[in-house]
Amino acid sequence: MSPVNYVYLAALLFTIGATGVLIRRNAIVVFMCIELMLNAANLTLVAFSRMHGNLDGQIMAFFVMVVAAAEVVVGLAIIVMLYRSRHSASVDDASLMKL
Amino acid sequence: MIGLLVGVPLFGAAVLLVGGRRLDRGGHWLATLLAAVSFVIGAVLFASMLGEDADARAMHSKWFSWVPVEGFQADVAFQLDQLSMTFVLLITGVGTLIHLYSVGYMEHDPRRRRFFAYLNLFLAAMLLLVLADNYLLLYVGWEGVGLASYLLIGFWQHKPSAATAAKKAFLVNRVGDAGLAIAVFLMFTTFGSFAFAPVLSSAGEASEGKLTAIGLMLLLAACGKSAQVPLQSWLGDAMEGPTPVSALIHAATMVTAGVYLITRSGAIFDGAPDAQLVVVTVGAVTLLFGAIVGCAKDDIKKALAGSTMSQIGYMVLAAGLGPIGYAFAIMHLVTHGFFKAGLFLGAGSVMHGMNDEVDMRRYGGLRKYMPVTFVTFGLGYLAIIGFPGLSGFFSKDQIIEAAFAKGGTQGWILGAVTLLGAAITAYYMTRVMLMTFFGEERWRRAPTPSPAQPDVEPAAETRGEHAVPDPHESPKIMTIPMIVLAFGSVFAGGIFKAGDSFVNWLEPVTRFEHGHSPVSATAVTTATIVALLLGVGAAYLQYGRKPVPALAPRGGLLTRAARRDLLQDDFNHVVLVSGGTHLTRSLVYVDNKLVDGAVNGTAAAFGGLSGRLRRLQNGFARSYAVSMFGGAAVLIAATLLMRAV
Amino acid sequence: MTALAATATSTGEAVQFWVLGTVAVLGGLGTVLLRRAVHSALCLAGTMIILALFYLANGAYFLGVVQIVVYTGAVMMLFLFVLMLVGVSTADSLKETLKGQRWLAACCALGLGILLIAGIGQVTVGDFNGLGAANAPGNVPALASLLFTKYVVAFEVIGALLTVAAVGATLLTHRERVEKNKSQREQAEERVRSGKQLTPLPAPGVYARHNANDRPALLPDGTPSELSVSRTLRNRGQIREVSVEQMAQLAAIEQRTTEYHGRPGHAGPKDPGERAVERVRQAQDEPADRPVEQSADRRTAREEAAK
Repeated sequence: MSPVNYVYLAALLFTIGATGVLIRRNAIVVFMCIELMLNAANLTLVAFSRMHGNLDGQIMAFFVMVVAAAEVVVGLAIIVMLYRSRHSASVDDASLMKL
Repeated sequence: MIGLLVGVPLFGAAVLLVGGRRLDRGGHWLATLLAAVSFVIGAVLFASMLGEDADARAMHSKWFSWVPVEGFQADVAFQLDQLSMTFVLLITGVGTLIHLYSVGYMEHDPRRRRFFAYLNLFLAAMLLLVLADNYLLLYVGWEGVGLASYLLIGFWQHKPSAATAAKKAFLVNRVGDAGLAIAVFLMFTTFGSFAFAPVLSSAGEASEGKLTAIGLMLLLAACGKSAQVPLQSWLGDAMEGPTPVSALIHAATMVTAGVYLITRSGAIFDGAPDAQLVVVTVGAVTLLFGAIVGCAKDDIKKALAGSTMSQIGYMVLAAGLGPIGYAFAIMHLVTHGFFKAGLFLGAGSVMHGMNDEVDMRRYGGLRKYMPVTFVTFGLGYLAIIGFPGLSGFFSKDQIIEAAFAKGGTQGWILGAVTLLGAAITAYYMTRVMLMTFFGEERWRRAPTPSPAQPDVEPAAETRGEHAVPDPHESPKIMTIPMIVLAFGSVFAGGIFKAGDSFVNWLEPVTRFEHGHSPVSATAVTTATIVALLLGVGAAYLQYGRKPVPALAPRGGLLTRAARRDLLQDDFNHVVLVSGGTHLTRSLVYVDNKLVDGAVNGTAAAFGGLSGRLRRLQNGFARSYAVSMFGGAAVLIAATLLMRAV
Repeated sequence: MTALAATATSTGEAVQFWVLGTVAVLGGLGTVLLRRAVHSALCLAGTMIILALFYLANGAYFLGVVQIVVYTGAVMMLFLFVLMLVGVSTADSLKETLKGQRWLAACCALGLGILLIAGIGQVTVGDFNGLGAANAPGNVPALASLLFTKYVVAFEVIGALLTVAAVGATLLTHRERVEKNKSQREQAEERVRSGKQLTPLPAPGVYARHNANDRPALLPDGTPSELSVSRTLRNRGQIREVSVEQMAQLAAIEQRTTEYHGRPGHAGPKDPGERAVERVRQAQDEPADRPVEQSADRRTAREEAAK
């Protein structure tokens, strides 16, 4: 099996995630789609790590995970704030720079 | 030391203005003292200057570098030579006397401290003007004079007429200032410097065209400050200021600035005969213009103002004659400074005793009531008409002679004009004298309300009371300056003339050539005296023999025109105001239709475009995400394409 | 396991890839397309677990475990917590509200996918070199030695980032109390002053056989009381209807009791059971597709009018 299959799979997952970001309105689902995209990128990093025979790719994937965790924390906090002020988690409701 | 000359009155102005009400009580004495100090410094410098050789008398002192830019050097530096010295003594001397006089004249004015601050500022600006060693610094003094005159003419700003007169003086002066500014620009591009020494010494190397341009611009500047045709209209209205101000403007400062500028820039005019021709023409026209206006005015101060215009015309004419006339222009300027200051102070004294009445038709027979004023005014009168032996005779006679010496047809015309001017001067000054001090005591009559006569301007600025005035002599503090000035009026000319001392004194600066007059000096003198007698006789026949009507007769066309200042304001209105209005209207039309059309069209186009573009900015995060991913797709496509190629 | 992550790819790995890869894609599609956020989250968790397996298969043992612990464990839990806060069972409408958004999104996504895959297709990729040498001291020690030598600065920065994120999240969700807490007395006075509802609200589910929170209490005349259900549930429209059969049963019990006692109509012309059944029938005659909230509102209004 060619290693490129992993990359194809990652591209597919990434595209699915991107589509989700574009069409879903629930901020939490949008967030989940972003996580999916990040995971797809991680998959390529891990596959390339194996392909090249060194661990730098895995380190990168590790960093991506940490950044994603930080992002989730802040992003979900923002969503909670939005929900508190607007009683809605729809990204379309937050279309003005004011309440 | 030279800087102190300017600094002392400037310091006085600053102290009086900043000091506030605390100085209300003694401020006027401080100002007078500082003016006197300035005069003393001038006198000391004069004495030390006399000790030097004639060629080594000029002093320079650089205070600091003003604009130290490579290729554009301007210093705050002073130059005190014989010409400046003459002006310094005149300005500070007459200025101090006027300060002293003002102490009495302005005694009851609540804003006296401010008035004296402005007087000091006036002196400082004028001294800066004559002491500057470069045209840029001269320009500063020039503007300072304009500012001070504005403040002083409009000193009684509660009167709309005074406020308007101040504005008018300022605006008309701006025209002249623009001329000076352009002249300075031209000098810099032509000579690469502003300083007198390099500019004047290399004036001969520049092309005649450039010199003519600079000369004409300088003349425009001089016309503004010295009230020469066509920028003369502000002078008459400037009488709205307090009388000492009129004396200061007409005798010592302001109007002499133009003559100073032309004399100082003599080297430039020497290289530009066309410009010189314009100068003498302006001088001659103004000479007659002022004299005619002076004949028709019933307001004593306005009659004197016309006389000033005319006398300055003499000076400008003389200055335009070149080296044969510079020294006489300055000489007449100094003697005129004495007798005109004396005349104005005398007029002020008369008004002071007559409840501020200015209409000469309501004077008459005042010689019994104010003898000192009568005598000093009379001496000034004799001086200005050129009575043999008095100051004006010597200086004016020299100018007439020099005018004839111009040579050719020009010389004859100029000589005739100056002689005619002398006759008219004698006429209107005699008229003033007779109407004021001789004849029936018309002020005892009940005041008759003047019927509305459109041609006759309301002559009297009657402030309130119609009660019969009680003419009285002015206090000593006012008469003493008048007496001193009367001495000057009588003797200055003789002293200057004796042994050509004045001409020799100025010669290193202004150069001097003896003009070769086609008529002999004796003939000129005789003609002058004849003209004088004719003028006096005519005035006596008209005003001495017959009673003066309390209301001005309708008069001929010329008289009526002269009463309206020879229609100068109407001319300005028709040509400048209406023309300007039409010009601006048409410009506004072009602006509205063409420029605005283009601008608005562009704006509308952008507005429409951005209205459409705005829809992209709808605030929905998902729309932005679409464009982001679209952009990413385009980037990937571009990368792939590049690889494929 | 180490052998599995060696250079060669076995047939077994190929089979594993195709099976699990299909599931991962299905999970991704589920995340995007399912209407309920909880279902999306579950699908995403599945995809992540499969990705963890892929990591393991690729010799990234540490990452595989971290993926399960951190992502599937911690991050997805966080998502679920927030979902609980926001409302767990509301289904999103998949109807598009932005004009043209769906078309644009489809174009972009398709374009992006096609371009990515085309780009990958252009690249000639060699076979796996294998991680045998790199993983020789064991995956975790090898990663650690890299992390604390070559990448130590990045590691520190990442640590700082996490701290900042934690503090930021705390700050964002923290609400400053700007006024004093109301005491019980003040609250009581306020309630009296407002004059709306003095007594405590009725408790839900007192009806004998159903005491769940989402089941409204019945009023003496047999109608369900909206006020008895928690406001949150009311707002979400999650009130369970009292079914007709149960009402009928109630009526029957009342009937039997009356008959047993032999006292007809002790409380008026009709007994409460009959009235209740009537009311429920009336309610059922109304259009069936009417949203729950609307009729609930109407009934609440009627209750208040009755007071």
